[in-house]
Amino acid sequence: MNILLMGNPNVGKSVVFSRLTGVRVIASNYPGTTVSYTRGHMKLGEETVEIIDVPGTYTLEPTSEAEEVAQQMLGTGDVVINIVNATNLERNLYLTLQLLERDVPMVVALNMWDDTGHRGIEIDLDRLSELLGVPVIPTVATTGQGIKELVSSIPDAASPDTPVRSRDERWTTIGSIIDQVQRVTHRHHTWREHLADATVRPFSGSIIALAVLAGAFLVTRLIGEGLIGYVLEPLFNSLWAPVLLRLSDLLGGTGFLHEILVGNLIDGQLDFVQSFGLLSSGLYVPFAMVLPYIVSFYLVLGLLEDTGYLPRLAVLMDTVMHRLGLHGYAIIPTLLGLGCNVPAILATRILESRRGRFIAATLISIAIPCAALQAMIFGLVGERGVQYVAIVYGTLFVVWIILGIILGFAVRGFTPELLIEIPPYRLPPWRTVLQKLWIRSYGFLLEAVPMILGAVFVINILYFFGVFHAIADFTAPVVTGLLGLPKEAITALFIGLLRKDVAVGMLAPLALSAKQLVVGTVVLAMFFPCIATFIVLLRELGVANMFKAAGIMICVAITTGGILNLIL
Amino acid sequence: MTGKNQVPLTRIQAGQEGIIVRIEGGTRLINRLAALGIRPAKRITKVSSAIMRGPVTIKVDRTQVAIGFGMASRIMVEPVQAIP
Repeated sequence: MNILLMGNPNVGKSVVFSRLTGVRVIASNYPGTTVSYTRGHMKLGEETVEIIDVPGTYTLEPTSEAEEVAQQMLGTGDVVINIVNATNLERNLYLTLQLLERDVPMVVALNMWDDTGHRGIEIDLDRLSELLGVPVIPTVATTGQGIKELVSSIPDAASPDTPVRSRDERWTTIGSIIDQVQRVTHRHHTWREHLADATVRPFSGSIIALAVLAGAFLVTRLIGEGLIGYVLEPLFNSLWAPVLLRLSDLLGGTGFLHEILVGNLIDGQLDFVQSFGLLSSGLYVPFAMVLPYIVSFYLVLGLLEDTGYLPRLAVLMDTVMHRLGLHGYAIIPTLLGLGCNVPAILATRILESRRGRFIAATLISIAIPCAALQAMIFGLVGERGVQYVAIVYGTLFVVWIILGIILGFAVRGFTPELLIEIPPYRLPPWRTVLQKLWIRSYGFLLEAVPMILGAVFVINILYFFGVFHAIADFTAPVVTGLLGLPKEAITALFIGLLRKDVAVGMLAPLALSAKQLVVGTVVLAMFFPCIATFIVLLRELGVANMFKAAGIMICVAITTGGILNLIL
Repeated sequence: MTGKNQVPLTRIQAGQEGIIVRIEGGTRLINRLAALGIRPAKRITKVSSAIMRGPVTIKVDRTQVAIGFGMASRIMVEPVQAIP
């Protein structure tokens, strides 16, 4: 048996899904967190049933790709659990009525039930259930309240005979239902609501936005640096280094196996960044340089997501984003891209047009450095001085803007307008924040660490057999002539196709000047997506558009690198 | 609905309340707005006004919705005098 969780965006479907199946999924406080469906299983009596978390939709007439998924899924379900926001019954009932017209047995979960009390809303559950002809269960998914009752009501799911109505007839029906079941006591604006409104006003909102983003950046750095300086660096230096040095002795200090496992000793000493062996840099880069920033970035992002601030940022950024051929909501995938480009490109599905998705995805893969890359920028470029880090970020930002303006003009079509629901501010539920942090950090370890080790292994093999020398001579005109980098830097650009963090790490042993390091990192950041991003771009954009995007990337990277080389 | 005092949503002040009179657009726009609770006879409060043709944020029932300037200028409202 198949059970679909359906409802308006941001009513808590993913939290209910997580409660029912025990499968950890990412849930946030903004419409459009879930862009594709997730499957999980649950025991229902003796039977194991499949539960599907469907992207949220306001109606069964889709307006974006994420909503189209919802429309397609509906045909495959045996039972629908319609999740309804209890504080917004009227609007949510529109989808409920449309679902009832479809002859699928249904149960209604009246979620966020705890919010109704202090918002002055009273709902007559029995009457609502009677009028709709299906069971209605009040739930609070974030605390788990009502979930058991919801499960035991599934066998009672009903499909009352409902005529297919027109839009206006549906609204009339909803009006009469609301009159019979809901009573709202009027309340005055609280100070919290006044504060909430200030965050979307142009002037006060912009100041708050700057403060929030600066604060987020500082906290991310503080936690990241703290984890590195006080936990991971000491761990590696005092515990792991002696083990590796012993191993180096055992292997005789040189030779193929030594090269691959330990790497090059520098003045007889191990250098975790430059040695580049599987067990030295291969472990140090992912665990001691990147992971701390992954954890700190996703903790801060998770908190931002769950407060409900991001849609407000989208409203403030709308005017700017329109210049880039996008609308304000594209800021959400862009912010996700600062963590990892892969989920960011998936998240562009919340944009309505294919044009918008192409522009957003291309901009993200060129100008938005992922957390792993940023960690390496902080680590290596930061060593030379804060001003150089600022140049790298400044350049990427300028490229983002200029390229966006060009794409906005060049890609045919028009920019749809922003139309989004702004969720109320909420205190981030610690459970979803920690759950997301775990999913994302664990995802990094599971997917990135083997990739990083693989990349380091490949580098060593290629070096050992001298393959890179041949390539380096061939590409020298561009790498040295145009970008002013030593010809060996091409190896880093190649490895950038696998993992950008390792690639930046490969610049370390090249004894680059600060300027060269800046050029190298910027080119690496923009040049070509890492393999994981490449695959997701290919899948989301299609072959033709992927090649277009890749062409743009290579041109922009080389141009920008050349310009930096000239002016710095 | 008398219709003598209708203005586009973009033209009323932040904090002002109004009743939606009609939406000047095709079925698609009317459907999309209706799905978010924005339809004729609804009482709304404007939360923030737009500068540089930025989006308009309104409160309708218990949600806030941000609406692009172009769409917002096609939503005609009749301002309601706020009770002091």
